[in-house]
Amino acid sequence: MSEQPVPVGRSWTTGIVREIERPTDRLVKIRFEVADRTPHRPGQHYVVRLRAPDDYTAQRSYSIASDPDDPLVEIMVEVLPRGEVSPFLHEIAEVGDEFELRGPIGRWFVWNDDVPSICVGGGSGVVPFVSMLRYARRVGIDPRLSIVASAQTRERLPYADELEKYGALIALTRENHHDRVAAHIYPDEVKALAFGAQRAYVCGSVGFVSFAGRILADAGISESNVRVEQFGPSA
Amino acid sequence: MGITRGFTGRDRKGADERLPPGQYDTGSSWPVLTAELMPRIDLSTWELAIGGLVEQPTSWSWDELHALPASSYNGDIHCVTTWSKFDTNFGGVSLDTLLEVARPKSEATHIVATATTGYTTNLPIDDVLGGKSWIVWEFDGKPLAQEHGGPVRMLVPHLYFWKSTKWITRVDFLDHDEPGFWERNGYHDRGDPWLEQRYQGDA
Repeated sequence: MSEQPVPVGRSWTTGIVREIERPTDRLVKIRFEVADRTPHRPGQHYVVRLRAPDDYTAQRSYSIASDPDDPLVEIMVEVLPRGEVSPFLHEIAEVGDEFELRGPIGRWFVWNDDVPSICVGGGSGVVPFVSMLRYARRVGIDPRLSIVASAQTRERLPYADELEKYGALIALTRENHHDRVAAHIYPDEVKALAFGAQRAYVCGSVGFVSFAGRILADAGISESNVRVEQFGPSA
Repeated sequence: MGITRGFTGRDRKGADERLPPGQYDTGSSWPVLTAELMPRIDLSTWELAIGGLVEQPTSWSWDELHALPASSYNGDIHCVTTWSKFDTNFGGVSLDTLLEVARPKSEATHIVATATTGYTTNLPIDDVLGGKSWIVWEFDGKPLAQEHGGPVRMLVPHLYFWKSTKWITRVDFLDHDEPGFWERNGYHDRGDPWLEQRYQGDA
């Protein structure tokens, strides 16, 4: 933790939706033009705050998917049933809408690009790794990044095409994928990817994170070199 | 700031006045937020140490801690990720009880609490003295689960819950403020949920 402090957004700003896409009925991709934008580092997140006419607010954190170089900030939101913010974003938000944003936030779950790393994401937990991947490819250091992307099905995996195209291991648990039989991530397939990695980033549900921690330990990555971002039922 | 087009939010009839701004009631669930993998703690060797600017640096084993007068907290907790949980019940020992032995020096102004994982958080002493903080190992009368900081964590319920260090093992008294883990990583130094002190830069 002796690295230079990573910039964080110190106050609320606004973002205008410039592009919105609903790849599935559970995912919504939003690309914001952010006013007074503080540059982010791959792995950081934004807070989105919704405000009702009576000033009631609801806010949630979403990982950034875009490359820092991208003129827009991209998030990919998974819709949680009975949620308050994610269904709104999926069903109601449109191009031109303005949102209160705070970010980038977080200095811990940030890729230090001189450290060869393995990333293990479950479901929408792959989003911060998409930012890392886009950045790494642009600056030509993608060999320093290995990604394991796990989900129940391909449809439940955000950015599945992009992740697969650029070499991520796609580990589906409920359907076969090419010649990989449906299974949870297993140690042997991670070992090769973890070779040479000095740090691991794990993002997903609480259960996924503890599972991934055991797999990484088997692959020789010690607990103290694992950085975790978990999400629970906040919706 | 402007209202969000089309947003009305959850039904707020009879909204609970125990809910700080920007928070929602998580009901019976209890989400988990940690930055590291859960540690394995061996209670036969674990100890809680209080050191730094104190008259009597002291360590307590698991059994020694349990032999002290029990104290409990009944009330609400608030996480910076926007959930609040009402009517929780934690059991353990008041930090005041430990400080009767360790006795902070007059120049002490802040503490740093440290977990077995190396996680730290900073607190002004006014936020931990006088019945405001605990070392706890029970939730609803049962052993505190590992994902919630078990077997033993700190509890400072009037501040955002990242101040309540999971897997606590040390409390050090300092004569200055020293940002801890989340505080160095962009979160507020004090973290009062009623003032929405979530991130650096909040009032």
